[in-house]
Amino acid sequence: MADGAVPRFWREIPQRYNLISNQCGSCKKIYFPPRESCPYCRRKSMGKMKELKLKGTGKILTYSIIHTAPEHFEGQTPYPIAIIKLDEGPKITAQIVDCDLDDIKIGMRVKSTFRKIQEDGYMGAIHYGYKFKPVEVKK
Amino acid sequence: MKNIGIVSYGAHIPRLRIKSSDIAKAWGKDPETITSGLGIIEKSVPSPDQDVATISVEAARAALARINIDPQDIGAVYVGSESHPYAVKPTGTIVGEAIGATPILKVADYEFACKAGTAAIQTCMALVKSGMVKYGLAIGADTSQAAPGDALEYAASAGGAAFIIGKEKVIANLNETCSFTTDTPDFWRREGRKYPAHGGRFTGAPAYFRHIMSNAKYLMDLVDTKPEDYDYAIFHQPNGKFPLRVAKMLGFTTDQVNQGLLCPIIGNTYSGASMLGFASVLDIAKPGNRIFLTSYGSGAGSDAFDITVTNYINELPREKAPLVSQLIEKKQYIDYATYAKYRDLLYED
Amino acid sequence: MMRDVAIIGVGVTKFGELWDKSFRNLIAEAGSKAILDSGISGKEIDALYVGSMSAGRFVGQEHVGALVADWSGFAHMHIPAIRVESACASGGLAVRQGYFSVASGMNDVVVVGGVEKMTDVVGDEATDTLATGLDQEWEAFFGATFPGIYAMIATRHMYDYGTTREQLAKVAVKNHANGALNPYAQFKRAIPLDKVLKSPITAYPLGMLDCSPVSDGAATIILCAANKAKNYTDKPVKIIGTGQASDTLALHGRRDICTFDSTVYAAKKAYKQAKLQPKDIDVAEVHDCFTIAEILAIEDLGFVKKGEGGKAVDDKITTLDGEIPVNTSGGLKAKGHPVGATGVAQIAEIVMQLRGEADQRQVKDAKIGLTHNVGAVGASCIVHILEAI
Repeated sequence: MADGAVPRFWREIPQRYNLISNQCGSCKKIYFPPRESCPYCRRKSMGKMKELKLKGTGKILTYSIIHTAPEHFEGQTPYPIAIIKLDEGPKITAQIVDCDLDDIKIGMRVKSTFRKIQEDGYMGAIHYGYKFKPVEVKK
Repeated sequence: MKNIGIVSYGAHIPRLRIKSSDIAKAWGKDPETITSGLGIIEKSVPSPDQDVATISVEAARAALARINIDPQDIGAVYVGSESHPYAVKPTGTIVGEAIGATPILKVADYEFACKAGTAAIQTCMALVKSGMVKYGLAIGADTSQAAPGDALEYAASAGGAAFIIGKEKVIANLNETCSFTTDTPDFWRREGRKYPAHGGRFTGAPAYFRHIMSNAKYLMDLVDTKPEDYDYAIFHQPNGKFPLRVAKMLGFTTDQVNQGLLCPIIGNTYSGASMLGFASVLDIAKPGNRIFLTSYGSGAGSDAFDITVTNYINELPREKAPLVSQLIEKKQYIDYATYAKYRDLLYED
Repeated sequence: MMRDVAIIGVGVTKFGELWDKSFRNLIAEAGSKAILDSGISGKEIDALYVGSMSAGRFVGQEHVGALVADWSGFAHMHIPAIRVESACASGGLAVRQGYFSVASGMNDVVVVGGVEKMTDVVGDEATDTLATGLDQEWEAFFGATFPGIYAMIATRHMYDYGTTREQLAKVAVKNHANGALNPYAQFKRAIPLDKVLKSPITAYPLGMLDCSPVSDGAATIILCAANKAKNYTDKPVKIIGTGQASDTLALHGRRDICTFDSTVYAAKKAYKQAKLQPKDIDVAEVHDCFTIAEILAIEDLGFVKKGEGGKAVDDKITTLDGEIPVNTSGGLKAKGHPVGATGVAQIAEIVMQLRGEADQRQVKDAKIGLTHNVGAVGASCIVHILEAI
């Protein structure tokens, strides 16, 4: 990760803070992160992609527990990451929080929450974004 | 002030907890003495990925979950804290972006030790009253720091509450507010330093008690009330003892104070303290309830509010966001070693 | 009209933590071995293709094509040099691009090398550089690691098909057993199943011994128009099929988490060109950057049905004396994985097998071999099929 790479991560704030996706005006498929055009409709979709805020709810398709941390995540291990299928269709990769490691299951319903993702060292910018926590099953 | 008040509110308390007894044991102190002396059983701890920005966003989103307004109608966001993630770069812009209130938005961060959040409420009241904004969002949140082994370590905790202030469908009218402020150095943190310092016993009578007592009396004079006129009283809570003592000194009962007294089980959330106490009261308040709220911030000052709950509180779907009691119940204990790692105590200041 | 292409020489360096060898030393060594093996003279070389994933981050050097041309001694001859990159498939891609340049008739003799020097940076820096093959903004940014993403495939494969950690570990055991017979391998000792299962967890369910190592090394092959091959060697090996495919960069974008469609499509194209089917393959070098990757590979290459990769390992189908020996060299796991070199080293191993020069690793009567080289977590894949002529 390039330290001090502020503009690159600033551009993605709408996605990281508010799950802003976009939708193809032609086939209605939803993309996160947003795309210039729909890979399936291609030229038919150009200029027809519409911004759409996602709810942040979905379910876990798969997960792993990271024990060997990458740069910027030292001291946080072990932590879980997962691929989550959001209810509107797109799939994303994110950490799971507020859940015992042993309780994470494929199929678990989760909801997005706002957390610190990483920072460019103690002097650098702080990058916030989405992580996902289990949704209470109402009894 | 007629019809200016709280339109919605939300709270957030991190899940992790550490018991006073575990902190005491780490430092070779007697757990019983500490726990009963301070009146604090356990406190909340932020995980490494939580800070004042994340807590503020959660609290703000909780407030928005209970009400159907266009976030673009929020004209101001003020976040009060003494542990903002940046010394320069406001928490308020992060919150503003995360709730969709940008870009037409007035923002600044506030600092006044533990009363920065209530100062934000006062500012929002003025902006709403003057017509400069339709809604103002005032947040008090902290992930307060305490030097390892210091007495403050038992209390310094994390949490926050957000209040949307407006003129329409007000659930709790902010009838009157007043402040009492002097230059009193009871507790402070120098620029660039990690931990605060304090004047020991000096933080009592000349600081906490003087400002709260003076301000409380001033407010009751202003609105011509007596302690028995109130259903609930919330005082700033640096430990479990001071708020009970000042309540007694002013003539309030323990019954009035209990609902808003959270310090014994979550510690002192600093800028979040009186705000969370207020949120806890709003969780169960009924139309007609009168509330007395007095915050205190070292340095020193106090903000007091005379509040009347309206009928609209029954229309507010409080269940759409976690109640303070639910946030308190959702907890996971950690030991002192984990606490030290998470709170960055193992590194040089 | 495309003409046939043959491999007339190979050269590999040892793979390992080669403190005494630099990036330049490695590629020069592999290159000279290959040229000597082929018998060509430097004057006959028409072009140089080099696969290297990230010389920029590992040794601070870009413009790798020029560097390799220079350090191989060809700068004064002004031979064109092309560096290609496709993460861990950079080597395989270099082979394919070199192949096209000969098949098209543009070039007659081409040198294709792959090289990576991963130990000139501290360990963390090496793994972070490997992770640049992931989606930097939507996977790595949020804390995913390279092993972590593969581990998520393993978790889902275990959920969908009942694959077990033991089956994954058996892949490592097999490959280390093979590596013990390979003089060029980084690890030359067999490892018992128990040790693999007990190795420290890197990203659950993958332990350290489920993961290929950080390595230095280089491999080079010489390509030549097939109709001229017999001028140089009496054991030419023809490339009878080549296939390449791409897929979404991030694993979360895939159609199926447990399938590398890039492998499926690359293999389809290679099989089609070669007019062969999976059952015709006698020996294969597949991309086992992690044990789960080999399980996926044998399924996606069509050696076994989807979901039966674990069972195939239990049934010992892919051992040296199994139905379809896989990774006779020891694979990335035991042989080592100097990223850019791997794709070319796989070709070198198959060439040695098809020539009957694989010593103790020799698969009897190996006539047709396959190489499978994957970029990062399956966003790109290159498959080659080779035949002894």
